[in-house]
Amino acid sequence: MSQEKIIEVKNLSKKFGSFTAVDNISFDVYKGEIFGFLGANGAGKTTAMKMLIGISRPTSGEVTVAGYDVKTAAEMVKKSIGYMSQRFSMYDDLTIKENITFFGGIYGLSRNKIKEKTAQLVSELGLEDAVDKLVGDLPLGWKQKLSFSVALLHEPKIVFLDEPTGGVDPITRRQFWEMIYAEAHKGTTIFVTTHYMDEAEYCDRVSIMVEGHIEALDTPKNLKQQFNVESMNDVFLKLARNVE
Amino acid sequence: MKRFIGFVTKEFYHIFRDKRSMFILFGMPIAQIMLFGFAITNEINNVNIAILDKSKDTKTQKIINKISASKYFYIEQEISSEYQIESIFKKGKVKAVLVFENHFVKNLQTQKQAKVQVITDATDPNIANTITNYVNAILQNHTQEINNTNQPAYQIQTQTQLYYNPELKSVFTFVPGVMTVILMLVSAMMTSISITREKELGTMEVLLVSPLNPLQVILGKVFPYIFLSIINATVIVVLGVFVFGMPIEGSILLLAFESILFIITALSLGILISTLSNSQQTAMMISLMGLMLPVIILSGFIFPLSSMPLPLQVISNIIPAKWFIIIIKAIMLKGASIEIIWKETLILIGMTLFFIVLSIKKYKIRLE
Ligand SMILES: Nc1ncnc2c1ncn2[C@@H]1O[C@H](COP(=O)(O)OP(=O)(O)OP(=O)(O)O)[C@@H](O)[C@H]1O
Ligand SMILES: [Mg+2]
Repeated sequence: MSQEKIIEVKNLSKKFGSFTAVDNISFDVYKGEIFGFLGANGAGKTTAMKMLIGISRPTSGEVTVAGYDVKTAAEMVKKSIGYMSQRFSMYDDLTIKENITFFGGIYGLSRNKIKEKTAQLVSELGLEDAVDKLVGDLPLGWKQKLSFSVALLHEPKIVFLDEPTGGVDPITRRQFWEMIYAEAHKGTTIFVTTHYMDEAEYCDRVSIMVEGHIEALDTPKNLKQQFNVESMNDVFLKLARNVE
Repeated sequence: MKRFIGFVTKEFYHIFRDKRSMFILFGMPIAQIMLFGFAITNEINNVNIAILDKSKDTKTQKIINKISASKYFYIEQEISSEYQIESIFKKGKVKAVLVFENHFVKNLQTQKQAKVQVITDATDPNIANTITNYVNAILQNHTQEINNTNQPAYQIQTQTQLYYNPELKSVFTFVPGVMTVILMLVSAMMTSISITREKELGTMEVLLVSPLNPLQVILGKVFPYIFLSIINATVIVVLGVFVFGMPIEGSILLLAFESILFIITALSLGILISTLSNSQQTAMMISLMGLMLPVIILSGFIFPLSSMPLPLQVISNIIPAKWFIIIIKAIMLKGASIEIIWKETLILIGMTLFFIVLSIKKYKIRLE
């Protein structure tokens, strides 16, 4: 893994009124790594991620993504990133093909490129027979995988995934992580939030967020060593206890 | 441009695949026009009327007999004073009252003219209109007969007075009204719902993360509704003209221009509403309560503004629909040109700019 920083976050905070959802966090993400952004429900993961991708304005702090300052060069940042939101991010009333065409279109892909991508994508996912089916009729697991592929259509340098495996069965989760590995292998940086602690084991490095703070940040191996436990789940439990 | 077309295509998929949208867009305008149009009939038969004969002479008796003999009218009662008119109208027993003035015969002989007043209950405006025409016809017929029998020529003048609906609303005023309501519904409510839908589903975030800027997103969402609203307005006008004989006295071009202006007003309101709400439900409620209700009540569409309490009349001035109804009525019925309606047009333009500026401001705040 390279030591080139692709995301730099300094003293980032977000307040909603008097409530501080993200409290002065700082971290770096390196090019090509799978960065796990962990935390319990309401820890502030989504809020932090939204500031990184430029759809929420920080109360204070600096964010640089792919070499551009999010505050001043949001347009350049947008071109370098893909995003899969925590809520399902495709149109249920459009077919698979129509969704791909639409999202390819707003990223300015040419018609031929879209055709080529569609063919490649559906064959990879084994959805050849379903291209003209409404996305709303697909099982959740397929939707998530499709969503991930669509977030990668324009070949972004970094892809942000907000709880991509929420609510799907363990087998599909495993398959999903295989897709993530394959993409990371191509050199794409993956920034992924989750609260499944077993998934943390798949990440190159993880940060653990508790109530708006980053309480720990290292490789899963080092963290387990540091806390002297067997699994990431135990790391997490220890951390949560310390905060209380 | 290619992106824009892709965006608009997607928007049309949403619309055409949603039964509710399709109904509001295409079923509603036609249903409303037909309903209003055909509910208003022109036939009258044995209509109950009352007579107030202040003169009680041979001449008036003759006329009364003639009216009573016609199959159109039935003389329900004779009243003795003007004070009774209001109350018998309220009871709904009669549709019209004929008032013969004092000294009817004497006036005919000395001044060569006498007056009959026709007071009609205009809650059903077409009937009121028809009654007046029929009474006129009977009186004219009568004067002609007499003037032929080489007596000195004289005239019976009829004065018409309308109760309850002095502006005489009919299909001619319903067409502009329905057009206004439909344009509001399609442009304001449907756009606000379609924008909040993306917020509610979470797809708005994905759009905002894409290289599209917020303005492009909004324009892409709004454009299909401009297009559909124009089609709707055309359908309504065509139905009004060809099915109900509504005239277009003024310039069609001006009518089109004013309609597009109002569509833009409504769209800017729709965008404003979408910045204020995060769910489709809220957007729909705000649209219905904040837009449709005032449009129906305060625009003069159903209830005449002149008979409203002063505070409501004042409030009605901030309802864009009121100005639009004035404008299209003036163009369609009176053949008004822009010199006559420039003031109303300017008011609409001003309101539109205000809503656009306001929603741009609000929209920015929402992104932070
Ligand atoms: N727009 C907002 N206004 C006020 N409070 C908010 C807003 N968005 C988030 N919050 C609050 O900020 C906190 C962090 O929320 P956030 O969605 O970032 O958590 P999360 O870590 O993503 O949780 P989850 O695992 O449930 O997705 C929560 O307490 C939430 O209620
Ligand atoms: Mg979240």
